[in-house]
Amino acid sequence: MRTALSRLTLHEPRTLASALKLMRSGGPSGPLVPIAGCTDVYVQLQFGALPASAYLDLSRLAPLRKIRMHGDVLVIGALATFADIIGSRLVRRALPMLVAASREIGGPQIQNRGTIGGNVANGSPAGDSLPVLAAAEATVVLANADGERRVPFSGFYTGYRKSVLKPDELIIAIEIPVVEGVQWFRKVGTRAAQAISKVVMAAVRSSHPRIALGSVAPTVVRLPRTEAALASGAGIAEAQGVLREEIQPIDDMRSTAAYRLQVSANLLEAFWEATA
Amino acid sequence: MAARRPKSPEPVTMTVNGQAVTLDRPPMVRLLDVLREDLHLTGTKEGCGEGECGACTVLLDGEPVCSCLVPLAQARGCEVLTIEGVPADHPVKRAFVEEGAAQCGMCTPGMIMAALSLSARPSLDAVRTGLAGNLCRCTGYEAIYRAVLKAAAGHGGAT
Repeated sequence: MRTALSRLTLHEPRTLASALKLMRSGGPSGPLVPIAGCTDVYVQLQFGALPASAYLDLSRLAPLRKIRMHGDVLVIGALATFADIIGSRLVRRALPMLVAASREIGGPQIQNRGTIGGNVANGSPAGDSLPVLAAAEATVVLANADGERRVPFSGFYTGYRKSVLKPDELIIAIEIPVVEGVQWFRKVGTRAAQAISKVVMAAVRSSHPRIALGSVAPTVVRLPRTEAALASGAGIAEAQGVLREEIQPIDDMRSTAAYRLQVSANLLEAFWEATA
Repeated sequence: MAARRPKSPEPVTMTVNGQAVTLDRPPMVRLLDVLREDLHLTGTKEGCGEGECGACTVLLDGEPVCSCLVPLAQARGCEVLTIEGVPADHPVKRAFVEEGAAQCGMCTPGMIMAALSLSARPSLDAVRTGLAGNLCRCTGYEAIYRAVLKAAAGHGGAT
């Protein structure tokens, strides 16, 4: 049943410092739930799947929406929307596979509101920006009232929708180092817009290829053995064989294990051919 | 220690279809419900209630959003445009009528609001992409695309 929205409370801080102070204090019956674009949170509220009664609105923290270069590191503020990312010359230049992913997240209405920090925090195994961040070897910047810490994206998730994020921490930015090589992204779903992916791949072609897959495991995954096979000069058929051993997708409402395995192998070949 | 309950939030002042309105409603209620139930602007429809169908699309500071996913507090100080704020003789509305782009009508207000945010003289591809967040179960979309392209061609832009 839908949550009674009129009973929920909302903090509306104007500064990051006051937001972090509020996060430290928490709500009456548990941590505050931060909200920004609300494209996931309001779906959960619609299904009565969020027990929390106290929320914290991040949307007024304008500095967290900036996209900038810090030296040669691309820094995307957690509140940058997918529309911001699509429109950013910096992202187009440094991380075109993230632009490609952002164009396939929801439709325009969702791209105008959904944020990259929210996609990371939500932690869905099907989150479309997540394989990009895995392949780009991004860093997640977290903050709480004590200060900041940086967590490699590869170590951020600890299980299905579980991460190292502490109850009083906010994701404030994503940092992306220079990505050498040719970037590639492909989402496979029932429809180009609005569909949740059955399989999603982001990959980088270089002397050390990188391959990341979503929707095939409890969290987004890199395929180190498949990557090593390709780096050592294995043919595509051999690499596909390694991939088939390396992932164990499941049957669920959106697809089957067998389909996902086949499509993942197909995507590997499509990536390799497109970037040859 | 738990944070104190936030002070009763300030009433929300926003502009709806050019008129300033102030609402003393809880901060997390949906913009969609405020438009329909408090302001009686029932042209904005609820389809899925989860951001999949686009029937509840309104322009928030000029950008199409699903009003079922917007907490009232986030509309504070914003300009909201609903289908009621689009004049009856607007080229897009007229073209929808002329092309038979509405059947049951449930998706139509959201379709028109999304179409208003397209660039001038959009290509068919840009129309398809711009309306990709709006589902229609009657028309098969072709009449809708024709209407949007016709409005744009006749008047130098969809808006």
